[in-house]
Amino acid sequence: MASHESTYRPTSNISKWLDARLPVQRMMHGQFVDFPTPRNINYLWTTGGLLTFFLAVQIVTGIVLAMHYMPSAADAFNSVEHIRRNVNYGWLIRNIHAVGASFFFLAVYIHIARGLYYGSYKAPREVLWILGVVIFLLMMATAFMGYSLPWGQMSFWAVTVITNLFSSIDSIIPGLGTRIVQWLWGGYAVSGTTLNRFYALHYLLPFVIVGVVGLHIWALHVVGQNNPTGLDIKSPSDTVPMAPYAVMKDVFALSVFVLLFAWFVFYLPDYLGHPDNYIEANPLSTPPHIVPEWYFLPYYAILRAIPDKLMGVIAMFSSILLLIFVPWLDTSRVRSTKYRPVYKWFFWLFVFTVVALGYLGSKPAEGVYVQWARVFTAYYFIHLLVVLPIVGVMETAKPLPRSIAESVLGSPAAAPKHR
Amino acid sequence: MASHSAEDPNRRDFIVILAQAFAGVGAAVALWPFIHQMNPDASTQALASIEVDLSPVKEGQAITVSWRGKPVFIRNRTAEEVKTAKAVKLTELKDPIARNEALPDRSPATDQNRTKKDKENWLVLVGICTHLGCIPKGQSMGDAKGDYGGWFCPCHGSHYDTAGRIRLGPAPQNLLVPPYEFVSNTMIKIG
Ligand code: HEM
Ligand code: FES
Repeated sequence: MASHESTYRPTSNISKWLDARLPVQRMMHGQFVDFPTPRNINYLWTTGGLLTFFLAVQIVTGIVLAMHYMPSAADAFNSVEHIRRNVNYGWLIRNIHAVGASFFFLAVYIHIARGLYYGSYKAPREVLWILGVVIFLLMMATAFMGYSLPWGQMSFWAVTVITNLFSSIDSIIPGLGTRIVQWLWGGYAVSGTTLNRFYALHYLLPFVIVGVVGLHIWALHVVGQNNPTGLDIKSPSDTVPMAPYAVMKDVFALSVFVLLFAWFVFYLPDYLGHPDNYIEANPLSTPPHIVPEWYFLPYYAILRAIPDKLMGVIAMFSSILLLIFVPWLDTSRVRSTKYRPVYKWFFWLFVFTVVALGYLGSKPAEGVYVQWARVFTAYYFIHLLVVLPIVGVMETAKPLPRSIAESVLGSPAAAPKHR
Repeated sequence: MASHSAEDPNRRDFIVILAQAFAGVGAAVALWPFIHQMNPDASTQALASIEVDLSPVKEGQAITVSWRGKPVFIRNRTAEEVKTAKAVKLTELKDPIARNEALPDRSPATDQNRTKKDKENWLVLVGICTHLGCIPKGQSMGDAKGDYGGWFCPCHGSHYDTAGRIRLGPAPQNLLVPPYEFVSNTMIKIG
């Protein structure tokens, strides 16, 4: 298993002195240098590093933006324009932050899909997985409040529509939903007061995310990383030390991803946004077609697929919250979908469903778009609630390799001695 | 630790429970100001009522005014529009309740209950879709007014009729009639 003694050897007098008092270097060495990493992990395992990188990028660029941004209804829109036009390199910092949010979500979606494909949520990684869902929810809250800050038309109407989701509680306890919404707004409509508090929370939540990411990595290093075979680490020959092997792989993947990121930052900074957000917020006029940022579209499609207000809201929230129960919904004894010939098809159908919902969420809520959104919404829930439990019981898995080392190197006899 | 069981409590058990209860109530009381500060503040609540002059609004026209930061639709309905609104049976309505702040909670959503007596051409509504808060279209001449000739909310496709009642789409309630009164023949006071 992953727990192992750090091979850290303090050399200088200072590090010996520190090691006896606060062995932080020993801990870092044990967790991030000689930490045993499965020798077969592929590039999908670099997304964790990517996510850590993007969290840091958002925090650094965000703090810089906060030095120039003004969170009031009168000044917010202009201050973002001021950042883009007047502040030295403000355009760059702002583009990095806005595009960074999108790439953060791109990475997290790949990361989640990786976990679903290789069964990384299965015992003993349930807590690790749930912490991941918590991070995902916090990211969504952060990005939602961040998107309100430029105070354009999309900012304003996204805040209006999403906060109004809580008014659906009125149909259970009359009046309570409205009270909650007015409490969130600090008034009888979305206003500068709302903007101001969202700004305070947008500044706070990323640091909460840092805390939960810490727990997520802690949980990961207690149980060890999963790998494409889904097998447990059984002997040292199944692993390589994290540095330099996994670290170099991470650095290479990060370089490629950042290249793509830079292309968007420099050449397509507004491609992922919406032109209406360059019109200042107007509380008296809704744009003809409001859409959220691309990374929220699948959930928006689910919300609109259901004709009843309360049920739509419940479906939308439960589509995310259900992920928490996936470790128990999946009954398969085999972790990796690589060895699950039947489930494999359903997995890709699920991926297709989420992408299709994303597409439908960007279309107006009428005619065939709504019909298809209903079909895919139905499959989304059927997949999690019916397919996962049933296929896991019915299916006969393909034979598993005896060990991680064997899956990479062939029969154990042929394997070279490692370490 | 405790050598005394629950059946045989001693003074120390009592003090522990008392201290815990005290701390619990104290924490709850201390939390309230931190929650309540987010509710609408005194200056927001004090937002005065507004007076609106209706004389420039000709038959078939509509204006939008801002009250408490919300849009209020004022429509001078044509005789035709009033007639269609009156002809609708309550059983055809998705929301059969008047949603008029001046009337008791359960009043039926007749056209009469959504307007003022003898001023039935005037329809005054909070212009906020009861689904998720967008502003429905239908105020300007060129706007799409939906399948029922009143308003159409483009956000998720809610159709309102010429009395501002929800007829089709995800919105659960009729557009709200705010508290207002006629202070003169051509002047109303909202709020
Ligand atoms: C999890 C990390 C974060 C995410 C996902 C995130 C996301 C976003 C998004 C989507 C926007 C709107 C960009 C646009 O369309 O214009 C935004 C704006 C903003 N964010 Fe963040 N943010 C994060 C962290 C931070 C932090 C830590 C700070 C401050 C310390 C910050 C300060 C700001 C400011 C001042 C703006 C308004 C300027 C602008 O719109 O460009 N952000 N954020
Ligand atoms: S807000 Fe009007 S239909 Fe959704």
